[in-house]
Amino acid sequence: MTNEVAVQMVDITKTFGPVVANNKVNLTIYRGEILSLLGENGSGKTTLMNMLSGIYFPDSGSVFVDGVPVTIRSPKDAFNLHIGMIHQHFKLVDVLTAAENIILGLNEKAFIDLKDVRKQVAQICDRYGFVVNPDKKVYDMSVSEKQTLEIVKVLYRGADILILDEPTAVLTPQETQKLFHVMRNMKDDGKSIIIITHKLHEVLEISDRVAVLRKGEYIGDIATQLTSAQELTDMMVGRAVSLNIDRPQCEIKRECLSVEHLSVIDADGVKKLKDVSFTAYGGEVLGIAGISGSGQKELLEAIAGLQFIQQGGSILYSSAEGEQPTQLVGRTPRDIKRMGVRLAFVPEDRLGMGLVGSMDLTDNMLLRSYKDGASPFANRANPRNLAKTVVEELEVVTPSISTPVRKLSGGNVQKVLVGREIASQPSLLMSAYAVRGLDINTSYTIYRLMNEQKMRGAAVIYVGEDLDVLLELCDRILVLCAGEVSGLVDGRNTTKEEVGLMMMHLPNKEVEA
Amino acid sequence: MTQLISILTTAVTFGTVIMYGALGEILTEKSGNLNLGVPGIMYLGGISGLIGAYLYETGVGAANALPVVGMIIAIVCALAGSMLGGLIFSFLTITLRTNQNVTGLTLTIISAGIANYFGGTLSKMAGGVGQISVAATSSAFRWTQSLTDGWGEFDTLFFNYGFMTYLAIVIAIVLSIFINRTTKGLNLRAVGENPATADAAGINVTRYKYLATCIGAGISGLGGLYYVMDYIKGTWANDGNIEALGWLAVALVIFATWKSLRGIWSAYLFGALCWLYYYIPGLTRSTQELFKMLPYVATIAVLLFVSFRKRKEDQPPASLGLSYFREER
Repeated sequence: MTNEVAVQMVDITKTFGPVVANNKVNLTIYRGEILSLLGENGSGKTTLMNMLSGIYFPDSGSVFVDGVPVTIRSPKDAFNLHIGMIHQHFKLVDVLTAAENIILGLNEKAFIDLKDVRKQVAQICDRYGFVVNPDKKVYDMSVSEKQTLEIVKVLYRGADILILDEPTAVLTPQETQKLFHVMRNMKDDGKSIIIITHKLHEVLEISDRVAVLRKGEYIGDIATQLTSAQELTDMMVGRAVSLNIDRPQCEIKRECLSVEHLSVIDADGVKKLKDVSFTAYGGEVLGIAGISGSGQKELLEAIAGLQFIQQGGSILYSSAEGEQPTQLVGRTPRDIKRMGVRLAFVPEDRLGMGLVGSMDLTDNMLLRSYKDGASPFANRANPRNLAKTVVEELEVVTPSISTPVRKLSGGNVQKVLVGREIASQPSLLMSAYAVRGLDINTSYTIYRLMNEQKMRGAAVIYVGEDLDVLLELCDRILVLCAGEVSGLVDGRNTTKEEVGLMMMHLPNKEVEA
Repeated sequence: MTQLISILTTAVTFGTVIMYGALGEILTEKSGNLNLGVPGIMYLGGISGLIGAYLYETGVGAANALPVVGMIIAIVCALAGSMLGGLIFSFLTITLRTNQNVTGLTLTIISAGIANYFGGTLSKMAGGVGQISVAATSSAFRWTQSLTDGWGEFDTLFFNYGFMTYLAIVIAIVLSIFINRTTKGLNLRAVGENPATADAAGINVTRYKYLATCIGAGISGLGGLYYVMDYIKGTWANDGNIEALGWLAVALVIFATWKSLRGIWSAYLFGALCWLYYYIPGLTRSTQELFKMLPYVATIAVLLFVSFRKRKEDQPPASLGLSYFREER
C-alpha cells in the first residue's frame, strides 16, 4: 500500500425522495490497497459506490480521481476513469457468451470479432489466476463462474479501481478463499479494491483499511490491523452490541417431524431431492447448510405441501408426545392447515411467496386467517391488531399499518413476515435465508425470535448461508449437497471447514469423472 | 398447377405485408419494447404514403406525374408517418415509462381512426368512395422486370412482384446481420435482455430503445405502404385488412422466434395460410372463418413447441415489455 491517493469523494450527498441515502460523505481510496466499506443495510454503502461507478449521480459533492476533479455521469465515464464495479446482482446477459458479455458496449469494431478478446481474456486469467471459458454461455455458469467473469469484464476494460459489492454472499468458504487470493494478486499489481460487505471476519481477513458508514453518514476509517470485530460493530451500529449468538438449551425434546426417503423432481424432470431422511425435534434448531440450489428450497416446500413428492417418501408430523403422527405427503397446504398442523413457513422469496407486496400490513396478516369463521366477510379486526402488535414488538419501521409492504425496507419486510408466522404459535417453524440481506441488528432480532420459538418447544428448521451463524445458532446441522444429505453434524463440535467440505462432496462416493 | 402457383403468388404478396410488419417489430422487440401498435403503424405508413402520392399527383396533374418521383414521395411520407407513430410510442413508454401493452393497443386504435379519417377525406377530395387514384405512383410500385423471360410458371413465381417484395427480403437479411454479427447489434440485444446490465456496460439504453423503436416502426410502416400501393393498386379501403395483417405480423414475430431470417419463409407460410380458404372448394361463410384461424393456430403451436423445448435462444428478449429506470431501487 502506498500513500498515493487514487480517488477522493468529498461531501457527497444523495437523496431518493425524502430518504437521505448519503449525507456529506467523504471517502479516500489509496493506490494498491484493499478497503472495506462496512455498514448496516441502508447505510448507503452501495449508493455511494454506485455514484463512483456512474449508476447514480450525486445531488451535491465532488469526486477527484488522481487529484483531478471529475464528473461521472454514466458507467462509461467511470470506465474511462478506470473505475469498474462488480455488482451484487450480476450484470450479465444470460443468453450471451462470456466473451460477448465482456465486449458489451465497447464498440471497438463494427463487427463482432472475438479472436482478440479470447487472447486478452487468457492473458488476464494467467496474470491473476482466474479460469474463464470465453465461449461458455452465462446461463450455463455457476455463481462463482459468473462472478469471475464479472471481474474479468471489469479488468478487460482496464479498471485500476475495482468495487466489489458483497462478493462473498453467494460463495462457499472455499470459493471465497479463491476470490481473496485473486484480490491479493490484484492488489500486488497496484490495483485499488473496495469491498462492500457486512461479514466482519472477512473484513478483518482481507482488507488493509476499513471505512464505516452508518445511516448515510461517514463515521470514520481505521487500519484493519488496529481494530477488532467488536470495535467495528460498535462503529457500525453506533452503540455497543453483543456479537454472540445465544444457543440456549431447551429441556423439552420430542420428535416433531420425521422425513424419510424424500425425493422430489421438478417440472423439468430434474431431480432436486434424492432420498432425504432426517428427524427434527421440538426444542432444537436444525440448521440446513448447502450451496444455494442444493435442494433447500424444495425440501421446505415439500414439507409445506408445495412440491410433488415421489412415491416412497414419507413426512410424519406429530404435534405432541405420544400422539399418532400425521402423514403430510400428498396433502395441499390447505389440507395441512385444516388438519391442525401448526406449521409456519418463512420462505426465501419474501415478497413473492411470503407476502403480497402491494397489500398493506393488515391485509398481509389477513392472508393467514381469511378463511377462518363461517362469515362470507373477512374479519379484519384481528389481523389489524396482530399487525399493530408485530409493529410494536418487533420494532418495524413503517409509516403506518396501512402502508403497502413493498415500500418497507428488506429488514422490516422480514420482520412483518416472521412476526405473522410466529404469531400462529407454530410447533414447526421453517425459515429459508431468514437474514439474507438484513443488517446485524435485525439479524440478531431474528435469531432471538428463532430461539424463543425453540424454547417454547417448537422445532425450528433454519436454512442458512452464513456458516458462522449456522455454527453458533443451530443445535444440529444437516448438510445438503446436490439434493442429497451429505452429513448431519452437531453444531457444538463441528468446524466451518468440515461443513464446507460436506457442502461440496458426498461422503463415500467416488467423484464421477 | 396453375392453382398452386396462384396460391404461392398470393402467399408472397400477403406474406410481404406481414413480413414488413414483423421485421420492424423484431427490431423493436430486440430493444425490449413490445409495440402492440404495429397494426396502427402500418395504417399510418399506408395512409401517409397515399396522401403524399395523391397530393403530388393532383398537384402536378395526373398526366404529368412521374412514377419514380411519386414513389419516392410515397416512401418518404410513409416512413415519416410511421416513424412519428414510433416516436410517440417511444416517448410514452421510454421517457414517461407508461405501460407498453396499453400504449401499444391505444396506438393501434387511434392510428386506425386517423388513417380511416384521412382515407375518407381523400375519397371526398377525389369525388367519392373508391375514386382515389395514384395510378402513376402505384405503377412504379407494381413495375416488374423478369430476368427469366419465357420460363413460364417459374417466371410467374419468382419475378411477378413489385420491388418492395424483394426489398423485404433484403431488409430481413440486413437485420439479421446487424443483430447477430455487429457490436451495435450485440448492444441492442443486451438492452432487450437486461437493460441494467447494458447500462452498467456503458450502453446508452434510452438511445438504443428510441432508435430501435422508431426505425422498427418505419419498417413496419412500409408494410402498410406496400399493401396500399401494390396490393390494392393505390387507393384506400377501410375494410380493416391492414389491421388484420398487422396482428398477423405481431404473431409472426413469435412464430419466427425473434429471428428475421426465419421471418422470411414463415411470412410466406402465413400468407398462404390466411388465403388457403380461398382455394378450398365448398366452404361456407362460416367454415371459411375456421381456415382464417390457421396462422394463429400455427403461432400457438410454435409457442407450445418453444416452451417445451426450452431453448434459451428461442425465448423472447428477457426484459420485453418492461420499462427501465436507472435510479429505481
